[in-house]
Amino acid sequence: MTRYGVVLFYTNSSVMRTEKLLMKAGYSIKLIPTPREFSSDCGMALRFDWADYEQVKLILDTAHLEIGAIHQM
Amino acid sequence: MLASCHARSQQRGHVRGCTSLPDDAEEMIYLDNAATSWPKPPEVLKAMADVLELAGGNPGRSGHRLSVAAAREVYNAREDIAHFFNVADPLRVILTANATHAINIALKGLLKPGDHVVTSSIEHNAVMRPLRSLEKQGVRLSIVPCAADGSLDVRDVVKVMNSRTRLVAITHASNVLGTILPVAEVASVAHEAGALLLADAAQTAGTIPIDMPAMGIDFLAFTGHKELQGPPGIGGLAIGENVDVSQIEPLMRGGTGSRSESEEQPDDLPDKFESGTLNLVGIAGLHAGIQWVRNRGIDTIRAHLKELTLALINGLSELPGIKVYGPLDTNSTVAVVSFSVQHKRVSEVGLKLDEEYGILCRVGLHCAPAAHKTMGSFPEGTVRLAPGVFTTMDDISTTIGAIEQVIHS
Repeated sequence: MTRYGVVLFYTNSSVMRTEKLLMKAGYSIKLIPTPREFSSDCGMALRFDWADYEQVKLILDTAHLEIGAIHQM
Repeated sequence: MLASCHARSQQRGHVRGCTSLPDDAEEMIYLDNAATSWPKPPEVLKAMADVLELAGGNPGRSGHRLSVAAAREVYNAREDIAHFFNVADPLRVILTANATHAINIALKGLLKPGDHVVTSSIEHNAVMRPLRSLEKQGVRLSIVPCAADGSLDVRDVVKVMNSRTRLVAITHASNVLGTILPVAEVASVAHEAGALLLADAAQTAGTIPIDMPAMGIDFLAFTGHKELQGPPGIGGLAIGENVDVSQIEPLMRGGTGSRSESEEQPDDLPDKFESGTLNLVGIAGLHAGIQWVRNRGIDTIRAHLKELTLALINGLSELPGIKVYGPLDTNSTVAVVSFSVQHKRVSEVGLKLDEEYGILCRVGLHCAPAAHKTMGSFPEGTVRLAPGVFTTMDDISTTIGAIEQVIHS
């Protein structure tokens, strides 16, 4: 079974920006409703394969994207 | 999935939705593009119908595919708009209902009692009315007089600047005279005095290249429904990199789809200034309009409009009893020509042109009493002819011929 990571965000624009960046870099990602166990926020979160965690984290850090937190699902 | 949505709509069949269409489809010449451009490029209509049908979720509010698709369209539009005005950060493009909304966000958000603000004497009421209202609340207002042709001497702006000047708010081009104001030079004057510059680009976005950082524009208010070829109901405020947005109070507060756990308005851009569900259909239309303008080429558009404007000015100037306002030089105007006819009411001229010749234009004061006072046409106003990208030279010849007949009627 694939293990996933979830990136949480403060704003929708940050989600869009991050999605574009990770898709361009060729990662398998999907936007999903924010899991309630991680946030009370409404809206979208970004799911990725946990196997890609290190690379995804590096891309997010390098691009100075404003993200809330990254959780494992 | 999208294909099957589309198939379902095909099964519903084509229906005629609008119940307020004109009765007759006779030939007409539309010369009211300064009010709103018409017709719209087919790509714009298609984009609007497509987004509502195929991506019609609430942008960024939910996590399902239609909401995500809508959010993508909004973000992509924001990026293209930012690119169009050379704004580095797309999150500094605030999507609004129109230019007036954008201007109100900047003026009312920035100016506090005791601040000094400078504007010109040819402003549209979109700028003038919020400023007059702020004046009553203790903001000090200086109105720099323009010449009768609308031109502005930058030295007159320098004269009124003081240590309390927070903002210079001017139109990029007059909606009555077409006169282009020297925005970049005024921005330099503003910045030297420690003030910011707001440009009202309602008449110029889409016809004159606008490079915000190069021109020193701190706030650019634009509308989608004029020469950007989009629909009414969508516009924006692009905020320059040097503006400290923490100093600007939002005009409205409400749901943003972000930080929903908080009952306070978020500080994040663009959410701080974008409460409530966005106009997705309008955004998709504006997005397609900007792409259309870019494909056609803004220089090509400008050259075409200059040619039409010159033909209008020359044709009108040869007619007896007609006064044409403005600099009469297409290098210093946009495609707007105002005129009056001796011994005729402008309303009579406008009605005749519409009813007898199918020529549509706008007469009167054009929501800009200050401009008409400056040019000496207050309170009667003028007849305004504003060709657009789809206007032809034949349309202009026909129009000149019709005006000649109206004069002699």
